[in-house]
Amino acid sequence: MAAIELRGLTKVYPGGVKALDSLDLTVPDGEFFALLGPSGCGKTTLLRTIAGLETATGGAVVIGGRDVTGVQPGGRDIAMVFQDYALFPHMDVSDNIAYPLRIKKVAKAARHAKAAEVGARLGLEQLMDRRPGQLSGGQQQRVALARVMATQAQAFLFDEPLSNLDARLRLEARTFLKKLQRELGVTTVFVTHDQAEALAMADRMAVMEAGHIRQIGTPAEVFQRPANTFVAGFIGSTPMNLLDAVVRGDTLEVAGCKVPVPASARGLLTDGEKLVYGVRPEYMTYSAQPADGSLAGDVVILENLGASHLVTLDVDDVLVQAVVPEGHEPALGERGHAVPRADRALVYRDGELVSA
Amino acid sequence: MAQVTSPPEPAEVVSPAPARRYSSDAAGLGRLRAGAFVAPALALIAVFLVFPALWVIYLGLTNYRLTGVAAAEPQFVGLDNFVKALTDPEFWDSTWLTFQFVLGSAVIGQVVLGFTLAWMLKDRRGTLKSVVEGLVILAWILPSAVVSFLWVALLDRDAGTLNALLGIPGFAWLLDYPMLSIIIFNTWRGTAFSMMLYGAALGNVPPSHLESARLAGASGWQQLRDVVFPHIRGHILTNLLLISLWTFNDFSPFLLTAGGPDGKSEVLAVHVYKVALQNGDLGYGAAISTVILLINLVVAVFYLRLLRSKK
Repeated sequence: MAAIELRGLTKVYPGGVKALDSLDLTVPDGEFFALLGPSGCGKTTLLRTIAGLETATGGAVVIGGRDVTGVQPGGRDIAMVFQDYALFPHMDVSDNIAYPLRIKKVAKAARHAKAAEVGARLGLEQLMDRRPGQLSGGQQQRVALARVMATQAQAFLFDEPLSNLDARLRLEARTFLKKLQRELGVTTVFVTHDQAEALAMADRMAVMEAGHIRQIGTPAEVFQRPANTFVAGFIGSTPMNLLDAVVRGDTLEVAGCKVPVPASARGLLTDGEKLVYGVRPEYMTYSAQPADGSLAGDVVILENLGASHLVTLDVDDVLVQAVVPEGHEPALGERGHAVPRADRALVYRDGELVSA
Repeated sequence: MAQVTSPPEPAEVVSPAPARRYSSDAAGLGRLRAGAFVAPALALIAVFLVFPALWVIYLGLTNYRLTGVAAAEPQFVGLDNFVKALTDPEFWDSTWLTFQFVLGSAVIGQVVLGFTLAWMLKDRRGTLKSVVEGLVILAWILPSAVVSFLWVALLDRDAGTLNALLGIPGFAWLLDYPMLSIIIFNTWRGTAFSMMLYGAALGNVPPSHLESARLAGASGWQQLRDVVFPHIRGHILTNLLLISLWTFNDFSPFLLTAGGPDGKSEVLAVHVYKVALQNGDLGYGAAISTVILLINLVVAVFYLRLLRSKK
């Protein structure tokens, strides 16, 4: 068990592509930490640099207080689950789980006992003699997890651990992984491009873009108060409304409507300033009746989200979305009014959150 | 494959009468017409491969000679030639030399060197890789006559390049170390095939498997043993099968040493040539060829068995 600390970590690929640009990050002992970002943002490079599979161009990787920047992957006392699980096809489940112990020269009986113990914990006891080719995707994933657990490493790294599972299984595996991590209490960093997965599983997360960390925080912080318009647009299963706004005294003029200045930005804005006004569809109250400080427009699209509907209003040629609970769906073409929650609306200046 | 071209089946269902015009095979041709399509290829194979092979077996049972009475009227001699071959120490010497030649130049030389080159060049790009690959492949594509001349020039006792480089004029490589010479020659000559085959095979080893082993702390050798070799087992065996057979039947050592000195590098292919064409004993040569064919079959079956056993 150990904290992972990155100091000014930089990775430049041959050819000059800067995958990581002087990153600082601390993952405390026992935390379940997500690296989230679109493809090509450097999240996998970061994970691989922590693992030692990529050599850092600059900066340091410290695991459990030990600087391992120049240490080979095998000497870092970490274990990794790969996206394709990387199970050896010619070995049975038991040998696969015991493989790292075999490399560490643990006696045959002892390592198979350990494999059986970990395998039983993950419900693999019936499958110990099978080859990976004879297992389902979910079972393969558990074998990969068992192999990682058997190593008793100081930290675990998961590279897109759920992306090879089908949608239904992914939800189950998400819950399972979170429970397992909590029980084991091992510092774990995982990479994902799925914001819902990061929000659901992580204790804390980092949102990355083009080799930079754009925000670090708990899922609640990142969801409620995105630090910049990139994070605001990336997080959330329905994208945040990001609307051009102009400051007019105590109000903001957004798409021809007047809304109050959000609580978080009060006193920080100058009159006439051009900004971006952001509010999540989930934080909008829809009503058919006119209301103060609302964005009014015609309902142009209705999307069923299951227990709620996503309503798209055409407000003076600007599209504004609001989530409406079941039973209150408007009709298409109806005149609607969406009131942003003042304590959840945000204002961005030059892409960065305006906040005290 | 043939199913792609099958005609629409419903025709049969609608009217059973014309069904006899289409046969139940995938292409709907019927045995006769299908046979007609295959016949030209079969005829060529029969004339140029099957017939000579059978003819060699037949010749092996006669006293056919290149010249003289037995050339005009060969007599059937039964298994005499085979008995003669199997009791002739020269035949066994040649077999033993061939075994050394195959083991040394193919199994050890070409496979080990080819794999090593492929492994070292695996993650490299650029000039070094191109140059090494280019040189190795050049050795493979040059005509035997040219290559043999180059090696004779290299190893020549008095004016040879190697002796000049080493500063030991008068050292007779081809006389003092004929087997070593042809083994190294054939390794150099044939490594390209193995290198290219392993290069392609290594591209199929999933990087995550190697990385997984590295994270477990596996050394280079352990990574080869636990990840690479199991993954390319089929490639290794196929490679061994092909180059073993090629090397077994390779005649180019003759161009360097002519089997000498005193038969010290007379591998079976050279032995047959000498017996059949230099001594003119075609019947006896054919019998030895048949034995070579049988040995090749045994070698092939051995590798194919290995290939099929536990995937």
